[in-house]
Amino acid sequence: MGFELESAGLTHGNGFRALQRVSLRVGRGERVAVIGPSGAGKTSLIRLLGTALRPTEGRLDVLGANPWRLSAGALRRLRARIGTIHQSPPIPPRLRVVTAIHAGRLGRWPAWKGLLSLLYPVDVAGAHAALARFDLADRLFERCDRLSGGQLQRVGIARVLYQQPDLILADEPVSALDPALADAALGELVAESARSGASLFASLHAVDLALKWFPRIIGLRGGEVVFDLPTARLTDSMLHELYAAEGAMLPVQARDAAAGATTDPEADAKVIRLDTSRGR
Amino acid sequence: MSASTQALSPPHRDPDTRARLGWTLVALVLLWPLLVLAEFRPWALFDAGNLRVMGSFLGGFLPPATSTEFLGYLLDATLETMAIATAGIALALLLAVPLSILSTRALAVSKIGPGPGRLGDRMARAAGRALLTFLRAIPEIVWALMFVRVLGLGPAAGVLALAITYGGMLGKVYTEILESIDTRPARAILEAGGGRFAALAYGLLPNAAQELTSYTVYRWECAVRASVIMGFVGAGGLGQLMDQSMKMLNGGEAATILFVFLVLVLFADSLSATLRRALA
Ligand SMILES: Nc1ncnc2c1ncn2[C@@H]1O[C@H](COP(=O)(O)OP(=O)(O)O)[C@@H](O)[C@H]1O
Ligand SMILES: [Mg+2]
Repeated sequence: MGFELESAGLTHGNGFRALQRVSLRVGRGERVAVIGPSGAGKTSLIRLLGTALRPTEGRLDVLGANPWRLSAGALRRLRARIGTIHQSPPIPPRLRVVTAIHAGRLGRWPAWKGLLSLLYPVDVAGAHAALARFDLADRLFERCDRLSGGQLQRVGIARVLYQQPDLILADEPVSALDPALADAALGELVAESARSGASLFASLHAVDLALKWFPRIIGLRGGEVVFDLPTARLTDSMLHELYAAEGAMLPVQARDAAAGATTDPEADAKVIRLDTSRGR
Repeated sequence: MSASTQALSPPHRDPDTRARLGWTLVALVLLWPLLVLAEFRPWALFDAGNLRVMGSFLGGFLPPATSTEFLGYLLDATLETMAIATAGIALALLLAVPLSILSTRALAVSKIGPGPGRLGDRMARAAGRALLTFLRAIPEIVWALMFVRVLGLGPAAGVLALAITYGGMLGKVYTEILESIDTRPARAILEAGGGRFAALAYGLLPNAAQELTSYTVYRWECAVRASVIMGFVGAGGLGQLMDQSMKMLNGGEAATILFVFLVLVLFADSLSATLRRALA
């Protein structure tokens, strides 16, 4: 099993209810996208699933276990099987790319191996292979502060693939990439999930990318699930209703890049052609 | 409340203003009696009589001693002081490093959630901090007086005294440096199942290494000065030499010794700068 939430809620420390009555079930190997306006609770949901935050109501099961009932050791082993791609990669700027990738396996490696790898990288080939999937193999020994924002974001994705998790959580993983790279990076994530059987749960800002790469889409607004449907059954009006507060246009990847196209009312119609881009 | 404050509508008024004004007042009200208690009267220094006293005191230091015999003693004492400071800091690190890893909140995995073992972890952190407080609360001179009685006159007493007090100071500041940098990288590693040492090495040290190094070198410099005071009670090095010179009212020798201090401090400064550059 991937994960299961049963009427889960999350109230932040300041009393803000970021999630309420969220019930979801995602199976092993399933690929699901969550979309919704900014502030909808996407990041909160992903942090809940990544066991970084604890639900204040309801029940959570991840990879067949309730993480908050586990012992410290078992929780650590569970966390090693969950890979979270953060929206801004949590990588110290002075780290070299190879080290940043290796950090993905620290949950599996014994402590001595992790420390040894700082002196001499123990698995250069593995890190190289992970980077090669994102066209960054030549940056292996570069320092992370010499990378662009988009390159760093791809290093963050490569690191989670190197972790080889059973559940991949991705919080707006391609927000800093241009359309072609974003598309390719999502393709790699989907391919990895297909190859390894890991479930993939990604929040996306760009609706067109969600429609293209994910067979199931969850709409989140105000901390509540508005819809949870196979991509084929989503309609334009559902999407427009989800983003009603953000104006008439849906946020899409391709338009963000094409300068000037934002004012072209036809851009929408071109990109959100549901029947042509519908789920794979 | 005046009309002008009422005129500003609430959203345009910085909500922190009142607290800032309040705290400034509190600080002033507390500072005044403290200055009175400390007999803070700097103008007394410029009294004609006092100026004469200071002038003849400083005049006694000239000219600096340069006899070959004295310079020989001076070289020996300088090496001994550097050895005391270096050995003292090295032993202090043995205390400070494990205690700061234990005490810092930046590596507390049970705070995530919060998860299992948080009570035990909290107690361990409190115990670590309490031990660090105890170690640095007793001035090194007190330890030196005790160890000179136990171990006899000589540098060993100074080394042990430095190790204890400086272990406490280094440990406290290390703990706080680790908490004041960006802790997200370490947290991400903990959230992916990594251990405390892995999170430290891959998540915190890359960002903290510069600060930690410069504080450590600064403490070495302080240890050089502290070893002088301890030399007065018989713990070897430049202090013991200075004690003898002062007792013989030989200001010239004292001046040469002070010059050596200046050189040692300059050396510590350039060492710190070099290391910071290397770690940048
Ligand atoms: N640590 C926090 N403390 C208080 N409120 C928070 C915290 N994190 C997020 N929120 C609030 O929760 C809501 C959802 O945030 P988030 O999950 O980041 O949304 P999204 O990722 O969809 O933009 C927002 O209104 C945000 O202000
Ligand atoms: Mg977010």
